[in-house]
Amino acid sequence: MRRFLRPGHDPARERLKRDLFQFNKTVEHGFPHQPSALGYSPSLRILAIGTRSGAVKLYGAPGVEFMGLHHENNAVVQIHFLPGQCQLVTLLDDNSLHLWSLKVKGGASELQEDESFTLRGPPGAAPSATQITVLLPHSSRELLYLGTESGSVFVVQLPAFRSLEDRTISSDTVLQRLPEEARQRRVFEMVEALQEHPRDPNQILIGYSRGLIVIWDLHGSRVLCHFLSSQQLENVCWQRDGRLIVSCHSDGSYCQWPVSGDSQQPEPLHSCVPYGPFPCKAITKIFWLTTRQGSTFAIFQGGMPRASYGDRHCISVVHDGQQTAFDFTSRIIDFTVLVEADAAAFDDPYALVVLAEEELVVIDLQTPGWPPVQPPYLASLHCSAITCSHHVSNIPLKLWERIIAAGSRQNTHFSTMVCPAPRPALRAPRPPGPGSLLTVSVVFPQEWPIDGGTSLAPAPPQRDLLLTGHEDGTVRFWDASGVCLRLLYKLSTVRVFLTDTDPSGSLNAQGEDEWPPLRKVGSFDPYSDDPRLGIQKIFLCKYSGYLAVAGTAGQVLVLELNDEEAEHAVEQVEADLLQDQEGYRWKGHERLCARPGPVHFEPGFQPFVLVQCQPPAVVTSLALHSEWRLVAFGTSHGFGLFDHQQRRQVFVKCTLHPSDQLALEGPLSRVKSLKKSLRQSFRRIRRSRVSSRKRRPAGPPGEAWPDPRQGQEGSTRAERTGLQNMELAPVQRKIEARSAEDSFTGFVRTLYFADTYLRDSSRHCPSLWAGTNGGTVYAFALRVPPAERRMDELVRAEQAKEIQLMHRAPVVGILVLDGHSVPLPEPLEVAHDLSKSPDMQGSHQLLVVSEEQFKVFTLPKVSARLKLKLTALEGSRVRRVSAARFGSCRAEDYGEHHLAVLTNLGDVQVVSLPLLKPQVRYSCIRREDVSGIASCVFTKYGQGFYLISPSEFERFSLSTKWLVEPRCLVDSAEPKNHGRPRNGSGPETALSRARNSGSQSDGEERRSGPVMEHALLNDERVLKEIQSTLEGARGSSGDWHSQRVAVAYSLSNGGGRGSGHCCPVRGAPGEG
Amino acid sequence: MNRSHRHGAGSGCLGTMEVKSKFGAEFRRFSLERSKPGKFEEFYGLLQHVHKIPNVDVLVGYADIHGDLLPINNDDNYHKAVSTANPLLRIFIQKKEEADYSAFGTDTLIKKKNVLTNVLRPDNHRKKPHIVISMPQDFRPVSSIIDVDILPETHRRVRLYKYGTEKPLGFYIRDGSSVRVTPHGLEKVPGIFISRLVPGGLAQSTGLLAVNDEVLEVNGIEVSGKSLDQVTDMMIANSRNLIITVRPANQRNNVIRNSRTSGSSGQSTDNSLLGYPQQVEQSFEPEDEDSDEDDIIIEDSGVPQQIPKAVRNTESLESLTQIELSFESGQNGFIPSNEVSLAPVASGTNTEFETRAPDQKLLEEDGTIITL
Repeated sequence: MRRFLRPGHDPARERLKRDLFQFNKTVEHGFPHQPSALGYSPSLRILAIGTRSGAVKLYGAPGVEFMGLHHENNAVVQIHFLPGQCQLVTLLDDNSLHLWSLKVKGGASELQEDESFTLRGPPGAAPSATQITVLLPHSSRELLYLGTESGSVFVVQLPAFRSLEDRTISSDTVLQRLPEEARQRRVFEMVEALQEHPRDPNQILIGYSRGLIVIWDLHGSRVLCHFLSSQQLENVCWQRDGRLIVSCHSDGSYCQWPVSGDSQQPEPLHSCVPYGPFPCKAITKIFWLTTRQGSTFAIFQGGMPRASYGDRHCISVVHDGQQTAFDFTSRIIDFTVLVEADAAAFDDPYALVVLAEEELVVIDLQTPGWPPVQPPYLASLHCSAITCSHHVSNIPLKLWERIIAAGSRQNTHFSTMVCPAPRPALRAPRPPGPGSLLTVSVVFPQEWPIDGGTSLAPAPPQRDLLLTGHEDGTVRFWDASGVCLRLLYKLSTVRVFLTDTDPSGSLNAQGEDEWPPLRKVGSFDPYSDDPRLGIQKIFLCKYSGYLAVAGTAGQVLVLELNDEEAEHAVEQVEADLLQDQEGYRWKGHERLCARPGPVHFEPGFQPFVLVQCQPPAVVTSLALHSEWRLVAFGTSHGFGLFDHQQRRQVFVKCTLHPSDQLALEGPLSRVKSLKKSLRQSFRRIRRSRVSSRKRRPAGPPGEAWPDPRQGQEGSTRAERTGLQNMELAPVQRKIEARSAEDSFTGFVRTLYFADTYLRDSSRHCPSLWAGTNGGTVYAFALRVPPAERRMDELVRAEQAKEIQLMHRAPVVGILVLDGHSVPLPEPLEVAHDLSKSPDMQGSHQLLVVSEEQFKVFTLPKVSARLKLKLTALEGSRVRRVSAARFGSCRAEDYGEHHLAVLTNLGDVQVVSLPLLKPQVRYSCIRREDVSGIASCVFTKYGQGFYLISPSEFERFSLSTKWLVEPRCLVDSAEPKNHGRPRNGSGPETALSRARNSGSQSDGEERRSGPVMEHALLNDERVLKEIQSTLEGARGSSGDWHSQRVAVAYSLSNGGGRGSGHCCPVRGAPGEG
Repeated sequence: MNRSHRHGAGSGCLGTMEVKSKFGAEFRRFSLERSKPGKFEEFYGLLQHVHKIPNVDVLVGYADIHGDLLPINNDDNYHKAVSTANPLLRIFIQKKEEADYSAFGTDTLIKKKNVLTNVLRPDNHRKKPHIVISMPQDFRPVSSIIDVDILPETHRRVRLYKYGTEKPLGFYIRDGSSVRVTPHGLEKVPGIFISRLVPGGLAQSTGLLAVNDEVLEVNGIEVSGKSLDQVTDMMIANSRNLIITVRPANQRNNVIRNSRTSGSSGQSTDNSLLGYPQQVEQSFEPEDEDSDEDDIIIEDSGVPQQIPKAVRNTESLESLTQIELSFESGQNGFIPSNEVSLAPVASGTNTEFETRAPDQKLLEEDGTIITL
C-alpha cells in the first residue's frame, strides 16, 4: 500500500463509481435567512419569498418548491406575480427589475430569469426620479406601472421591459388636471400606492405620500376623483366593489373615502385612530375586506401607541366587534390576506399570511379565536438556536406512528386547517353555532391554504427522522423523509430541572380587558432561560424507542417513549469523572439543579434517569446500546458507562492529562483562545471577501488577455491583487509538531459499542470504545448478564486495550468491521430482521478515524493494517465521518459500504471500506462557513444536511440512489380549484390529499373522514345552508363581466386578478 | 578453525549462520537464517531469551571484519552485522547500566586485546586520545539536504528530523507571491514562504532554511493551489519526518553542477520543477513510509509497546518462525536443550500472553498470522 501508488484506472470500477456516487445539493429546508419580500399569486396559489441575498423562493402545495438566485447579490425588495400567469417580477434594492418565469421542461417546472431591466429617466434627471417605490402589474398582463420617488408613474411593456414613455403619468400631468383648489398645497412627492380598480381595468388609483389620492382614467388621461387627507399617506386599499377607498396614515389613523360620482371628497366618510388617543405609530398597510355577513374585516399593520407599545411588531384584525393585535416576536416583513374567489361578491378572507423576519405565520380567519395554522414547510428551525443534530434513517412504522401521535397532542392550539395530524373526531358533530362559517370549516376540513402546483416527486422511500437539539433544552423531531421538513414532535427537557422561570407563570398572563388586545403568535423565541439547558448530543434507538439526550451542563437523560401521560420521579445519579484526581478546581458553570419529587410528563419521550457529570462540563460524546441497556457519555474530563436497566453506574474513566489546565478550570478560562480563534476567523473572512470581490468580471474590456486560458489568468490576477492587499496584514502560521501537552487531550470525542473480538479470537464479547482529542483509544471489555438474569447480576467492565496514535490527532470515529468488512449493525437491528447478522467467522477489523488519518487495525491483536494519511496528503482534516451504504442506481440490490467524510475545507469525500481508497471528492460547503461545516450530519444512505443559515438546512446527496429533491409542475392553464372547496366533493378531495400528504400513519385520519361525512349528511341544516351558498355564488358569478378568481389585496400585488379563460370559475355543480 | 570450517559447510547448504553470543562470562551459540535475519527487536528478544535475561536492558555489539566492536541497535546495523559476518557472528552483550561506551569504536577490540601494549606505552595512548562516540541509542538521523542530484540547483530539499530532540521545529510560514517564468512572460503567482525562524528551534539550528524561502513541496506534494492553512496542516501532519522543498531566497550558496552558472538557473526554475515531482516522490517515499507508524498499544493495562504492522507478505513472520525452528534444530546442534524454552519471542512483555504461555496455538492465532 504505497500511498503514492496512482489509483489504477480500472474502467469497470470507474463505471461502478458512476453508478454509485453523484453529488447534488437537492433542497433547502427551513425558513429563508433574512427574508425581505413577500408575494402571492391567487391564481397559482403560490407564495414567493425574496431574501436579502437575492434569492427568490416559491412555495405551493407541500413538496412544490422552487428557488432562483439573482446574479446580483442585492436584496429583493418586492415580488409581484403577473396576474394569472406563471411569471413574476422582482424589484431589487439596486432599482433593477427582473422577470422570472416557471417553464415546463421535461415534465417538470423550472424557475428561471428571463429579463432584467433598470428604469432610466431623461438625461440629467435626479436618480430619485426613477427610484421605484411601488409596482402595479396591470391585469392586461402586458403593462407594468412603476411608481417612483419623484411622483411620476412610468409604464413599461412586458415581457421585454419596453419603456412606453408617452404613457408616463408625471406629477405635472396630474397637477394640471386637478381642480384649482387642490393645487394649493405641495401634494405630490413620492408615489406610495398604486392600485387597479377591482372591476374596471381602465382606472388606477395613485396615492402620493403627502396625502393626495387620485383615481386616474387611463383612457382619458384625466382625474376621475381625488381625495386629500391631512396626514402623510402610508398605503391604500380599494374595497372589492370599488365603492370605498381606505387609506392608512403615518399618525396611526385610517380613513374611509366613498367613491362616488363627485370628483372630490373634501372629508373622509369615517376616520379613526384605532389605538388612540395618545400618539401612535404609522399604520403601514391595511386590508379592508367584505364578508357575506356584512361586517367587514379590517386588517392592518402597526398603529400601536408609540410610547408603550411602539416596539411591538403587530398586525391587528378587527371584525365584528372583535379585535386582536397579533404580536410577533420578530419584525414583520410583509403580509397578505387570502380571500375567497368563488363568491366573488365578497372577500370572505380565510387566512392571514404574515412573513416575519424569522418565521412565517398563517392565521385561520374563519375559525373563531383565529388560531394559527401549522405550515407544512418553512419551519423556523431556529426558534431556539440549533445546538446539535442527529439523523435516524428508516424509522419503523410503529415508532413513527407513536411519535406522530405524541406530537399531535402538542399541536392542539393549531387550527384544524392542518391536515396531517389525526384530528380529534369529536369536533365534527359539534352543533352548528351562530357562526355558520364555523360549521363549514369543520365539515370541510381545510388544508394548508397555499396549495398551488403538483408535486411529481416519488413518495419518499423510507421514513427518516432528523432530530435537532436546541439551546433552550428542547429536542425537535422533524420528518426528513421528503422535500418538506415538518415538525412531528417537540421534546422539552426543561421540566426535569429547576429553572429561574416557572413555565406555567408566563402563560395566560394577559388579562381579559387588556388594551391593546395583544396576542403572542409564532414560535420564534431566541431567548434561552439558561444556557446550561442546551442540548449537545442526541442518540435515538429507533427499535426500542429509547432516547439519550445530553447537554451543556453535563446532564445525560435517558428517556423512553410512553403513549400515556405519566407522573414519576426521575432517578438522579452523579458521575464523578475526576475520580481521585486531586487539587483541581472547576471554574465553569454549576450543574443544573434537578426538580425533586415526581414530575408530570406529557405523552411522548419521558425521562427516567438523569446522570449528571461532575465537573459539569459539556457532554462531548454519547452512545446508547438499547439491547444491553447501557448508555455511555463523555466530557472533557473522561467518560462513563451507565446501566439504565439496573440504574447504576458501571464505571467511569478519567482521561485527563495532568497538565491540562484548561479542561480543569472550565470554559471561563477559555476566553483567550476564543479571542484568538475569532481573530483568525475574521482574518479569514476578510481574505475571502477580498478575493471574491476581485473575482467579479470587472475591469475595462481592453485589458483582457489574448489567450485561451483567459479565465484562469483573470482569476490568478485577481488572487494576486488579493494577495497584494493581504500583504498589508500578513497572516502567518506556526509550524510545530503536536505535543502530548496540548490542552484538551482528554476531551472524549467519540464513543462506540461493539460486539467483537476484543481479547481473543475465539470469543467475542460486548465492548465499549472511546476516542479522545489527544489521539487515544480506550477499549473496555464488558460483561452483560443474559436477559433472564439482567436485573440480578451486575454489568462488569474491564479495560482491555489502550491505543495511542502517535500523530495525536483527535479521534473522530471508531468503527468495527465484521469478517466481510461490513460495519457491525446497530443494536437490535438483527433482532428485528432488518439486517443480516454480522459475520463472526472471519476476523474483525477496527477502523479508527482521527482528524488526520484513517487507520485499520486487526482484532483482537491490534496491529496496523492500512492507513490513509489525509492531512499529510491534502492538508485537510476530517470534521465528520460516517459509514453509509451506497446503493447502485442500476442494480437494485447492489450496494457498498463506505465512509462519507466531511473535511475542514468543506469537501465531502467517499473513502472506501475496508481498503481506505478515496473514491470521489466534491466541494460542498465554503471553507469559511465554519458553522455550516460544524453542523453537518450524514445519513446512513449517503445523504447529508448542514446549516446554510441559522434557520436553513441544505440537503445534499452523495448517492445516485437516495435522492430527495423537489420535482413539481405548475401550470397556469390548469383549471384550478380556487378557493376552499365549497361543494359536496369537498370531503373527498380533502381526504385524498390528506392521504397523499406524506403521513404514513393516516389510519386515524381515514377514519375521521367518514365520520365527518356522516355528520354532514345527517345535519340537514348544514346541507341547506351549503345549498343556498352555492346557488348564491352561481347567481352572482353569472352577472359579472370580469370574473375574479382569487384576490390577495396586497399592495405589492395591486390586487392580483385572474382572467376568465385562463382560470375559469368553477361552475358550482352543487352535488352536495 | 575446525568450527569455522564446519559452519562454512553448514551455511553453504542451509543458508544459516552461526552466532556466538557472549554476556558476561557466558557464551551461547545458535544459528540464524542469513537471508532472512528478521528485525532487530526480534533478535534482541532472542538474545534476552537465550541468555535468560528477559528483563535486563542490554547493549548489543558485534565484532566486524576489522575487529571493531560496533553497536547493534536498529534494523540497519543488525542487517549489516548479519550480512558482513563471516563466518561467525560474534555478539557482545553488556548490561546497560554497566555499559562501557568507550568500548565501541574503531580498534576497540584490538585495543582490548592489546591492553598490555597500552600499559607498556602509556604516552602513546595519551597522545592520541580516542574519539568517544556517544551512546549508541543516541544515534539518530539528523536534518539534512537531500536529493541534491535530482533537483534543479535553485531548489533545495530539506529533511527536518524532529526525532529525538526536544527542540521545536520552530518556523512560521506566510502567504506571499512569487514571480514565475511562463510562456506569457513573467507572472506573479501566490506562494507560501517561510516568514520567521524561532531562535533555538530546529529549523534555525540546522541552518538549512531561511526567512523568505519559498516552500514548493511538503513531503513530495506540491503546495501550489493550497491555502496557507492547508499547508500548515500538511506540515504539522508530517512533522515527525518533514521534508520541505524550498527555493531559497538567497540563491548564492547554490551548488553549481555541470557547466551552468547560477545566473542562468533562474530561468530553468519552474520548468525543471514540473518534470520532477513524480520521480521525486519515489526517491524518498519508500523508506519514509512508516516513520510515524509507531502507535502504541497497552493491552490489559500492561506495558506500552509499539503496534506492529500487520503482516501483508508474511516476510517478517517467516523470519520469526525461522528463529524458532533454529531453536529446535539447535537442540541437536549448538544450543544445549536445557537452555531453550519455547516461550514466546514474537513480541515483548505482554501480560495476556504470559498467562497463556503454555497455549502455544493460541499465541499464534493472536499473533500476526490472522490477517486478511
